[in-house]
Amino acid sequence: MAHLNVDAVSKEFGTFNAVNNVSLDVRDGEFLAVLGPSGCGKTTLLRLIAGFEEVTRGRIAIGDRTMSSPTAHLPPEHRRIGIVFQSYALWPHMTVSENVGYSLKVAGAPSDERHKRVLDALAMVGLADFGGRRPAMLSGGERQRVALARCLVAAPSLILLDEPLANLDVHLRASMEDEFTDFHRRTGTTMFYITHDQSEAMALADRIAVMDHGRVVQVATPLELYREPATEMVAGFIGQGMVVPAEIRTSEAEGRCHARIFGHDTAVRCRPGQKVTATGAVCVHPRELSVVPAGVSGIPGRVRRVVYRGGYLRAEVVPDAASDVSLNVEIVDPEALRPGIEVGITLNDGWAIPASGT
Amino acid sequence: MSGQTAIDPATRFLDRIGARRWTVSEAWVLVGLFGFVLCLSLAPLGRLLSEALMPGGNFELTRLVRLYGEGLVWRATINTLQIAAGATVIAVILGAAMASVIAVTDVRGKAAIVFCFILPLMIPPQVSALAWLQALGPSSTLLGMVDLAPPPGSPHPLFSMWGIIALLGMHNAPLVFLATRASMRAVPADLVDAARSNGAGPFTTMHTVILPLASAGLISGGAIAFVSAAGNFGIQAMLGIPARIPTLITLIFQRLSDYGPSVLADAAALALGLAVIAICGLGLQSWLIRRRDLRVTGTGAQFLEFRLGRWRTPTAVVCWVGIAVVLFIPLGALLTAALVRAYGLPLSWETLTFRHFANALFNHTAIRRAFLTSLSLASMTAVILMLVAIPLGYFLTWRKSLAIRLLSLSAELSYALPGAVIAIAAILFFLKPLPFIGVSLYGTIWIILAAYLANRLLLALRPTVSGFLQIDRALDEAARVAGAGFVRSLKDVLLPMVAPCAAAGAILVFLTALAEIQ
Ligand SMILES: Nc1ncnc2c1ncn2[C@@H]1O[C@H](COP(=O)(O)OP(=O)(O)O)[C@@H](O)[C@H]1O
Ligand SMILES: [Mg+2]
Repeated sequence: MAHLNVDAVSKEFGTFNAVNNVSLDVRDGEFLAVLGPSGCGKTTLLRLIAGFEEVTRGRIAIGDRTMSSPTAHLPPEHRRIGIVFQSYALWPHMTVSENVGYSLKVAGAPSDERHKRVLDALAMVGLADFGGRRPAMLSGGERQRVALARCLVAAPSLILLDEPLANLDVHLRASMEDEFTDFHRRTGTTMFYITHDQSEAMALADRIAVMDHGRVVQVATPLELYREPATEMVAGFIGQGMVVPAEIRTSEAEGRCHARIFGHDTAVRCRPGQKVTATGAVCVHPRELSVVPAGVSGIPGRVRRVVYRGGYLRAEVVPDAASDVSLNVEIVDPEALRPGIEVGITLNDGWAIPASGT
Repeated sequence: MSGQTAIDPATRFLDRIGARRWTVSEAWVLVGLFGFVLCLSLAPLGRLLSEALMPGGNFELTRLVRLYGEGLVWRATINTLQIAAGATVIAVILGAAMASVIAVTDVRGKAAIVFCFILPLMIPPQVSALAWLQALGPSSTLLGMVDLAPPPGSPHPLFSMWGIIALLGMHNAPLVFLATRASMRAVPADLVDAARSNGAGPFTTMHTVILPLASAGLISGGAIAFVSAAGNFGIQAMLGIPARIPTLITLIFQRLSDYGPSVLADAAALALGLAVIAICGLGLQSWLIRRRDLRVTGTGAQFLEFRLGRWRTPTAVVCWVGIAVVLFIPLGALLTAALVRAYGLPLSWETLTFRHFANALFNHTAIRRAFLTSLSLASMTAVILMLVAIPLGYFLTWRKSLAIRLLSLSAELSYALPGAVIAIAAILFFLKPLPFIGVSLYGTIWIILAAYLANRLLLALRPTVSGFLQIDRALDEAARVAGAGFVRSLKDVLLPMVAPCAAAGAILVFLTALAEIQ
């Protein structure tokens, strides 16, 4: 059973609260991504789960067994967890095979079994012929695979990964993403995956926990995060979401409410029980905006910049009502827009962010 | 935060001393380390301290106040400070320059240069002082041969503050050299390559990448040089006493050779002053190192070699000239003095004799036996200390806590104190028969070993710690999650990586122990 339970965990370094009252429940076999900007406490949370740091408050349990609490602390070597480090952390003085087989050696596995399992693990990451090399003779992607193989070989029921793809190039990243998904499907291992890259998290995870300043602000499926962000921070972090100030003019009825945005009235989705407020905020994505001719309807504004993004155009429109806001619109027709012209923007969809105003 | 449980004070306390983090195997290793340091260094030093502060069993400060109120003692303190600081500057310049050349260039004859450069470590400081006095004095056979000897009766140029500083600086340069070179070798090759590809030439790479990354070694080498200059008796006595430059260490020995009831207490009190100076130097060191982040990942640039091209030969020549100055001139002087029939005669075919050597080698079995004893004592010291320094270095680098700091502090303290003071402390402490076994170490060579272990621990520890500072901690953590316990990870993962630095420390221990035992 590798059901990971993090219960109201805090970690203080001196007076600094790196992880603040975090609760998470990772189901057996789930792929959970922890997403957040750099410095928000992701690595610290991982190190708490791995047992490299002690919790200041709260409790961490795997299955029914308490791993960490202020009074008990199981050392990392007894937690039976696999970790893929951001720096790979391959031992430079051992060959690839020795790196991969180390945990088996420590566990006292007989050498022929060890040999076989190392070969299997290396084959699984496509490095069957690399066993005799040293880490210094490998490329970044190969090192990453060795690190993965090293973690797979002991067949841990929980794997922690700390930004494992951060040092790889885009193509390699995409193929490694596939490999992680594949591996997860095949083995059903519980994965706790840390990243600051939202598209990576969206592509891989069953659920995503978004962290900010040491707290978990929302745990949800990728779709839910995209459509119904709980805070302005999440809204801005996911799917190039834009947060615009809005006056919520009616309370919720059948999942919707009326909002006035830069003088333009529109209906947006909202949480049950959404209240009327003058200082609300609405989250929209580039796909959910469209451009109409100036003066007809919508939010009046002026095009500031047009960027070709391959297959579509991204236009930045500055509303007349707020010169410090930029509304990004995706359009397909390259002829439609030039910088400087006046346009109107309409909302096809939007989400009233619950935590704003009240 | 309302609604969250407060941490109970007991847990806070365990956190503060770091105890909650220790696993069982770590705890046992720590207990072992504590036992080692406690028996060999803390307890004897405590005994010495009590001798200094409460000679009759009662606490009295008046003695300290009276002692340091004496003009002589005060002057000695200032002199010691000046000498240690000056000698450190010289040692750092010489040692760092030599380390740079050896570690990163393709200079010709590296092995020979390294050997000759660190050889002075094996020469007892008194001998080295004697050699220099020979070499530059009015009766210098060597200068006499080229008609450059100062006129008889003129004051010897080395009987001065500058003389002491210069000699101590040269004597300690190998300490800085070894520590710096070990650090430089650990700088990863790709960081150097990155600098080169950014357009940095060898010199720029050297002072923007290699030197900064190796500064842990440079600083710790400098600290060792500072402390050992402050406590070096041989050179300070040979030059300082005739020149009437009192220093703490010479005063200690002068007090010790007096008679009277307060001799031990006075010496202990003076040793305290020396300890304070040394601790200040070491404090400065750890402050300097703590301000930097020197961790790197990757393999060290062991085989880094900048092509010197047409500078290859000139560089080698400069190195050898330097070595000639610090090694061959004094040794040559000593040799010529040993080869002439009587002290002061010029060396020529008529006055040449090997009688003195034959005497020492063949007619004194005692000398031969003594030599073998020192050899085995020195190697035992080196091996034991290396084994202690590696786990201790681990704790010092990554598991810092109050308890560990105490261990490190006592290692520093024991090193800062001159060997003879440690010896006195050891004698005071081991005089009584050991509990449980009932035998006294007093009068056996084991007491010398005990004193050496205490005195030299820091020498083994410093390079080891700078080795640990250069290892990415994730490498240890990766071993832990692979199921390896503390001892296992230490053996399989960390040991192979700190081995070069630890070995550098062990060599230092061996050479300096050999020098002092003779
Ligand atoms: N050992 C430590 N001592 C003090 N502060 C730390 C320590 N480790 C991390 N921090 C701080 O905790 C915060 C979160 O760090 P980290 O968990 O590494 O962030 P992330 O992985 O999300 O980028 C940072 O502000 C960092 O400076
Ligand atoms: Mg991180």
